[in-house]
Amino acid sequence: MDTQREIPGIFAGMLAVIRRDLLLAWKRPGDMLNPLFFFAMVSTLFPLGTGPSAEQLEFSGPGVLWVAALLAMMVSLNTLFLQDHEDGSLDQLLVSPQPLPALALGKTIAHWITSGLPLVLVTPIVAVAYRMTVDVIGVLLLTLALGTVSLSLLGAVGAALTVGLHRATALLSLLILPLAMPILIVGAGAVSLAASGEGLSGGVFFLAAYAIGALSLAPFATAAALRISNE
Amino acid sequence: MWKFLHQLASPPHFYRLSIKFIPWLMLPAVVLIGYGFYGGLILAPPDYQQGDAFRIIYIHVPSAYLSMMAYMVMAIAGGIGLIWRMKLQHAVAAAVAPIGAAFTFLALATGSIWGRPMWGTWWEWGDPRMMSELILLFLYFGYMALRAAIDDTAKADKASAVLALVGAVNVPIIHFSVEWWNSLHQGQTVMKGAMDPEMLYPLLATIVGFTFLFGAMLLRRIRTEVLFRERRTRWVKEMILSEEGDK
Repeated sequence: MDTQREIPGIFAGMLAVIRRDLLLAWKRPGDMLNPLFFFAMVSTLFPLGTGPSAEQLEFSGPGVLWVAALLAMMVSLNTLFLQDHEDGSLDQLLVSPQPLPALALGKTIAHWITSGLPLVLVTPIVAVAYRMTVDVIGVLLLTLALGTVSLSLLGAVGAALTVGLHRATALLSLLILPLAMPILIVGAGAVSLAASGEGLSGGVFFLAAYAIGALSLAPFATAAALRISNE
Repeated sequence: MWKFLHQLASPPHFYRLSIKFIPWLMLPAVVLIGYGFYGGLILAPPDYQQGDAFRIIYIHVPSAYLSMMAYMVMAIAGGIGLIWRMKLQHAVAAAVAPIGAAFTFLALATGSIWGRPMWGTWWEWGDPRMMSELILLFLYFGYMALRAAIDDTAKADKASAVLALVGAVNVPIIHFSVEWWNSLHQGQTVMKGAMDPEMLYPLLATIVGFTFLFGAMLLRRIRTEVLFRERRTRWVKEMILSEEGDK
């Protein structure tokens, strides 16, 4: 130990985590596509279950797309820490010199880029099929973008709590879905209001506030949960 | 005072002392609930609008209030256990969760039974309080499921404490968002303003009485939880051996 090695700073560490996760996702595109197929599938199932009438689709469209997006996010959250846990790189994160909340935030950002963002990008195609107008689709995309950020952050806490447990899939949904209900209520509500001609309503601001609150609190809870599950 | 509290936090002391508190909680609970039920179910006049159906509030309101208080106790106990590493606090959190879930279920069931004659339906999706209560029940289920899924007690304690704290931050947001959601669909069901003292005093008595009952139930459950967690320690063995000697 004669040469003192330079320790990368907080942001460098966070960026390294993001870059690594994005690279992994790029090399294994199937993991990224599965939640999207799931989202498309659920959106297809609803009209099959409720009937194809135009009024029905227009009325239930915002709610259906939001529920489908919520479930798709749950599906994608499973793998957030699982592979790192299995191949031991999670232990490396835990012992690294950078603060763990920053690294956990990096993992969460990478998760949003690989699951939330593609979901937002795919939504217009499904929304057009649900006969939404351009204005309503705009609000839908905005609320989904803000809502999926919160879901990624909230879900990371649940994924960190359940990493390494048996039957973690069902447990994760049971833990996170009740907490995610405000996001669904406000998100779908804002889109419904937009569909009835309200334009941008207070719900959008609520979602933005929720996302900022989650951004500032959730990484610490995720870090604490990661330390507990990997003792 | 501080010494007393410190001693109370050690499991053997707690176990020995807590048995003495239970009668002092049960006695007021029985008296107050007895008076409340007698005053509410027999003495109070029928409501001019709801008839006798309103009488379910003597169970419904205390249950609903305790369902939320139990969650607060759970989150605070978990937080204290997490920060100051107190074993007893984790036992409190573990013991309170099923009681809270039971009161939540009781509040939902009585609300549903009341809704049948009043609103003509067992379940009114539009009522924000019913929805918040249902979400609270799911939060309890999630908490207990996480505890049950982790074999190591110390790990289960800490992980579920983190979950309870995250949940406690979210509970007010859930409550307000559900109210906002409801105002989107239909008008709020307005409760009539003032209550007659003849109806009110029994209600207050049951609320305080249920709280004492909650305390007694909680102490009993914590005692069992402590005994189970400390089953391999010396003091439990000694206590059991000495009790067997008494017989």
